[in-house]
Amino acid sequence: MIKKHFLIITLLCSFSFYAQDYFPKNDGVKAKNTNYTAFTNAKIFVTPTQVINKGTLLIHNGKVVASGASVNVPKNAVIIDVSGKSIYPSFIDMYSSFGVEKPKRSSSNSRTAQYDASRTGYYWNDHIMPENKAVNKFKYDSKLAKTFINAGFGVVNTHIQDGIVRGQGTLVALNGNEGNETRVLDASSGQYLSFRKSVTSRQAYPSSIMGSMALLRQLYLDADWYAKGHSKTKDLSIEALNLNKSLVQIFDAGSRANILRADKVGDAYGVQYIILGGGDEYERINDIKATNASLIIPINFPKAYDVENAFLASTLSLADMRAWNQKPANPKILADNNVNFALTTHSLKSPDAFKAHLLNAIKHGLSKEKALEALTTIPAQLLGKSNMIGSLKNGHQANFLITSGDVFDKKTKLFENWVQGNQNVIKNMNTKDITGDYEFSLNSQTYKMSISGESNKLKTKITSNEKVRGSKIAYKDDWVNIAFTTADSTKQKFIRIIANVDSDKNLNGKTIMPNGNEFSFFAKHSKKEEDISKEAMKKDDAESEKVFPITYPNNSYGFSALPIAETLLFKNATVWTNEKEGILENTDVLIKNGKIVKIGQNLSDNNAKVIDAKNKHLTSGIIDEHSHIAAASINEGGQNSSAEVSIEDVIDETDVGIYRNLAGGVTSIQILHGSANPIGGRSAIIKLKWGESADNLIYKSSPKFIKFALGENVKQTRHQNGVRFPQTRMGVEQVYVDYFTRAKAYDALKKSGNPYRKDIELDVLAQILNKERYVSCHSYVQSEINMLMKVAERFNFNINTFTHILEGYKVADKMKAHGVGGSTFSDWWAYKYEVNDAIPYNAAIMHNAGVTVAINSDDGEMSRRLNQEAAKSVKYGGISEEEAWKFVTLNPAKLLHIDERVGSIKVGKDADVVLWSHNPLSIYAKAEKTIIEGVTYFDLKQDEIKRSKIKHEKSELINMMMQAKNKGLKTQPIKKKVKEHLHCDSIDNDYQH
Amino acid sequence: MKNSKIVFLFVMLLCSSMVIAQQTPAPKQTKAISIEGATAHLGNGKVIENSLIMFDDGKITFVGSALTKIARIGEIIDGKGKHIYPGFILPNSTLGLVEIDAVKATDDDAEMGTWNPHIRSLIAYNTESKVVESMRPNGVLLGQITPRGGRISGTSSVVQFDAWNWEDATVKTNDGIHMNWPNSFTRGRWWLGEDPGLKANKKYADQVSEVTNYFKASKAYNKGSESITNLPFEALQGVFDGSKTLYINANDEKGITDAINFSKENGITKVAIVGGREAYKVANLLKQNNVSVLLQRVHSRPNNDDDDYDLPYKKAKLLVDNGILVALQASGQMERMNSRNLPFYAGTTVAHGLTKEQALQLITINPAKILGIDANYGSIETGKSATLFISEGDALDMRTNIIIHAFIDGRKISLDTHQTKLWKRYSDKFKNQ
Repeated sequence: MIKKHFLIITLLCSFSFYAQDYFPKNDGVKAKNTNYTAFTNAKIFVTPTQVINKGTLLIHNGKVVASGASVNVPKNAVIIDVSGKSIYPSFIDMYSSFGVEKPKRSSSNSRTAQYDASRTGYYWNDHIMPENKAVNKFKYDSKLAKTFINAGFGVVNTHIQDGIVRGQGTLVALNGNEGNETRVLDASSGQYLSFRKSVTSRQAYPSSIMGSMALLRQLYLDADWYAKGHSKTKDLSIEALNLNKSLVQIFDAGSRANILRADKVGDAYGVQYIILGGGDEYERINDIKATNASLIIPINFPKAYDVENAFLASTLSLADMRAWNQKPANPKILADNNVNFALTTHSLKSPDAFKAHLLNAIKHGLSKEKALEALTTIPAQLLGKSNMIGSLKNGHQANFLITSGDVFDKKTKLFENWVQGNQNVIKNMNTKDITGDYEFSLNSQTYKMSISGESNKLKTKITSNEKVRGSKIAYKDDWVNIAFTTADSTKQKFIRIIANVDSDKNLNGKTIMPNGNEFSFFAKHSKKEEDISKEAMKKDDAESEKVFPITYPNNSYGFSALPIAETLLFKNATVWTNEKEGILENTDVLIKNGKIVKIGQNLSDNNAKVIDAKNKHLTSGIIDEHSHIAAASINEGGQNSSAEVSIEDVIDETDVGIYRNLAGGVTSIQILHGSANPIGGRSAIIKLKWGESADNLIYKSSPKFIKFALGENVKQTRHQNGVRFPQTRMGVEQVYVDYFTRAKAYDALKKSGNPYRKDIELDVLAQILNKERYVSCHSYVQSEINMLMKVAERFNFNINTFTHILEGYKVADKMKAHGVGGSTFSDWWAYKYEVNDAIPYNAAIMHNAGVTVAINSDDGEMSRRLNQEAAKSVKYGGISEEEAWKFVTLNPAKLLHIDERVGSIKVGKDADVVLWSHNPLSIYAKAEKTIIEGVTYFDLKQDEIKRSKIKHEKSELINMMMQAKNKGLKTQPIKKKVKEHLHCDSIDNDYQH
Repeated sequence: MKNSKIVFLFVMLLCSSMVIAQQTPAPKQTKAISIEGATAHLGNGKVIENSLIMFDDGKITFVGSALTKIARIGEIIDGKGKHIYPGFILPNSTLGLVEIDAVKATDDDAEMGTWNPHIRSLIAYNTESKVVESMRPNGVLLGQITPRGGRISGTSSVVQFDAWNWEDATVKTNDGIHMNWPNSFTRGRWWLGEDPGLKANKKYADQVSEVTNYFKASKAYNKGSESITNLPFEALQGVFDGSKTLYINANDEKGITDAINFSKENGITKVAIVGGREAYKVANLLKQNNVSVLLQRVHSRPNNDDDDYDLPYKKAKLLVDNGILVALQASGQMERMNSRNLPFYAGTTVAHGLTKEQALQLITINPAKILGIDANYGSIETGKSATLFISEGDALDMRTNIIIHAFIDGRKISLDTHQTKLWKRYSDKFKNQ
């Protein structure tokens, strides 16, 4: 296949100068140039670490023959003396779409979702396209090539930037003189992947990043099954994937958080991706390092915001402002931590901007040696092409740069970029520097002339008798044209000079007077001393950039260092134990090593920090059974079952909602999948350990949960044309019966020892059947609640929790009999038809019927005051305060099967406690301290300090941005990121097409 | 704990004694009532412990200490240990205009078009709404029913929540015009591939001048006499002659400032800012121009990641401390069903700086003043309407907001609702099993 394509492409490139040997030639004789070219007296960077101060580079037929201090130059060599200049290997960009047209968005205007694949014979999901090959779509783009070449690049890796599995990339030398037969270095240079769907297909699945992760996992399993010959049908995608297995795997993650996600997916199937990052890796450098992945790092550092308008500026977030300040230090931090990385022009508007950003990174501490490695040897090594590109060792491709000096210096000129032995002139290195002072005489009058500036935009100043004349100069190819005004300033008349520059930079030519008379002209060159502006430049360079320290997480209210567990002794508190002891007055509680160790009177501990809790209330932390904060995505609605996805994959530990929930006394939450489909995704049960990495928030040996959903959302009530089964509550039942029937059969086959196709979704459902996973089901009306209990009973398992359960009060007796708990809203109703009979007495009625009742939020606002929501059960239904408090602490702990660890103040339990200013059920209560495992994550007094720090840091950053603008740096208009306030119904916009 | 059990029993008893059909508006007050011994929170900042409140024919006839030697009139209610409050007032509400958010057929709160001053909420107000009746057991007895949408949304009216029809319900007809100030920011249209974040609204200046032009045209029209009838222009007349308040929904610092300057320049004297998310930043300007604020829902999330976690909780204090007339409201997502939490919004401001009586004013006398109904409503004072209720305890705290009697214009209203009926029905079902 590959060869065939190659032939076609090669035939198409009939313009090529040096056709292959076996190609016929009809426009002349075969005239092959086999001369050598030798570059002498150069400082040669053979590799970033191997430097020859004065040496020769010898090339032949597009390859390096020799590089060294003493090289035998053959007689048939053209010698180019480059003394005083430096030679570097050309750069390599391993992440681009060079020459590959951007795939076009599917043109369908249909508003009806598409659930099935558009193709047959390929994988069931359109977004999986390992069979794609960039080389088939590749068309050399000479215009873009020029900008790459001007930026110092010689080789780029390109691919079709579209879809989740994107197929093979192509490694191309930026050789505009020859055809693909020469410039294509490898037509299968790697396989590319991402979490983003293809724009060419409207297939709905996956609609979230967790769906993309699950899809990749299942694909790897299916590929293995297929490779073993078990599949009875043809799948060209999987065949291609299996073929591509041996290639380098390059993953477009695009952010620190997604690097970790991609690496997790790969690790489980023995694939180590090379990962494209987002430039924010410094925020969690230890986690990044722990992946052991090599990275491709973009350096599109943000511009300063234009903060002139104070109203607009006040909407900027500290996180965005810090990103401007901190991102340029990312490459240095990666290097300092020994993370292997290559640099890319990806995400820059054009490679033109590359050098300025790179210099900024160097200014922020990236060593020049590392920078050069990241552009040469490392990408070569990552692509498995160290024997071919990335250095100037013998036998390597003759891809190199000739510069006026240090390639990473602002003043350095890039003269030439040779690719495969072909010269590309960027700046003529033979252009003489004619800046300096000249003197000449005309009509026995003496003139002084000084020339300054860059060779392509020179300036002159001509004076005679202390009078400055108006003048202009043009300089090209060793010829200067000068025009200046006559002494009579009342008339606009010009004296013109045309002169050639000799090797001593003297000017020889003629003068043409305004009246047409001509005289010969000679001006002698003398070099001025270095001007002071260079001094100023040096000073500017030396000025170290102030980079603000990162916090954990790296946004407002983060910790400058992760807080640690303390030994704490609360004295004289009113303690709401949630145990048989009830509410204890004047009681001490001792916390040590993250646990509650003593409860009693007159306790003491020499090492404890004593907290006076007189007139205050100490409770266990609030637990929210139903939350959607701290997640990067919530719904995978692309199918009617998404048991294969897990919220644990998409925890967003930077969500300020975590901090705000802590301020409301919340310590644990269950992040539930949304309610887009009857069988939703798996939950994450986390502790709100603000500052920790995402994975550290998850409960150790966490109980396993999955979200189910019933009613209006899953039957797509508010879709204009629903086409996904089910569209009625009747259909919902059959979805469950179907899936559990299949899961049962699957599980039986799995247990039989016969070969089976591992299916993540059915595995998860089988866990439910095997009572290894609990169901928390979004539910509203009594009919469907009853139905699901009956389906569960038919398959011999129990529903663990009905969440929302607003008509639970109508079937509380049946719930009690089934053994299911109810986690409900305190007083929400009337927002859709199915909550018309929702009543705030629901919690009380269910509780009185013996059901374990929790009050949940489903909302990042309400979760901040769940204590108040619990108190509403005192008002609505007369629940005692002690029991009402359990609705948001012990009872949700029971429903989540974490009550062995949390949910009450009991010796031996985790020290997840909250100190309240008043009775915690009171509207007047404020959480003063929120503690998880002995670590104080929220403290009212610390909060005050954080506020003033934020204010201070923002003011300083605004000042710095104004300085940047004054310096003439480009700015960007203010934008405000809007974080979706996620609910059950939320769909991830980012991943929708 | 014992206490709450008693309360529970009491409430149960109360409910079982009220088997009369819910939603039946109470008849006119025919018998005088005296409430003795309760702590009276007058709504004007004053508290009378061990109070005596008397009312007859819908009007309050006496407010004072129970120690006063004066003849008790009519039925005497023992208020010992209980609390009395003026009926809470909910401004800027769509109660009765929408029944179920997600069911379009029940949705009547926003007319099409941009310039809708002539659109009147009152005639669409549904007195039979199940959501409206659920306000009463929490003490929310009056509301300003307000249209939404457009640049000028329409004309509001003030109603009480126990009525047969909208005419019965009316407290003040066509009290104000509501408009939405142009946004300083626009949101990117993500479905067109734009960044979904907020960016400066480039059309802001144009939109502001559209507003100015519209008001100028309307003012000119209303001065003339020969014009062909223009219903929207006519409806706007009231804001120029001072008979209607102009309610301007504006949230950011710049928008609020521009809105105030706009009102001044156009001679509009009665102005209230609605929402006022950043009103606390321009407190001086508001004060100088005598502009009141119907503040955004207290129970909201801070708008910016960097904001203080309690910023929405403490904004009322920041404004009140600067001498600004502030009332609370509930507009936003799921606003109607959430409106019964109005007293708890007020309670939250106490945890964040205000005194209980100041907080109470935010939902009683202050909205009454802003809506222009303070001559009759908003506080317990002699001569005013007997619109008040008795609570077991502190009505700003959900633990103790347990209402035993409520009166609108002296009429003892039902505290039964669709919800209490279901509560009773299913409690009985399980009790009898």
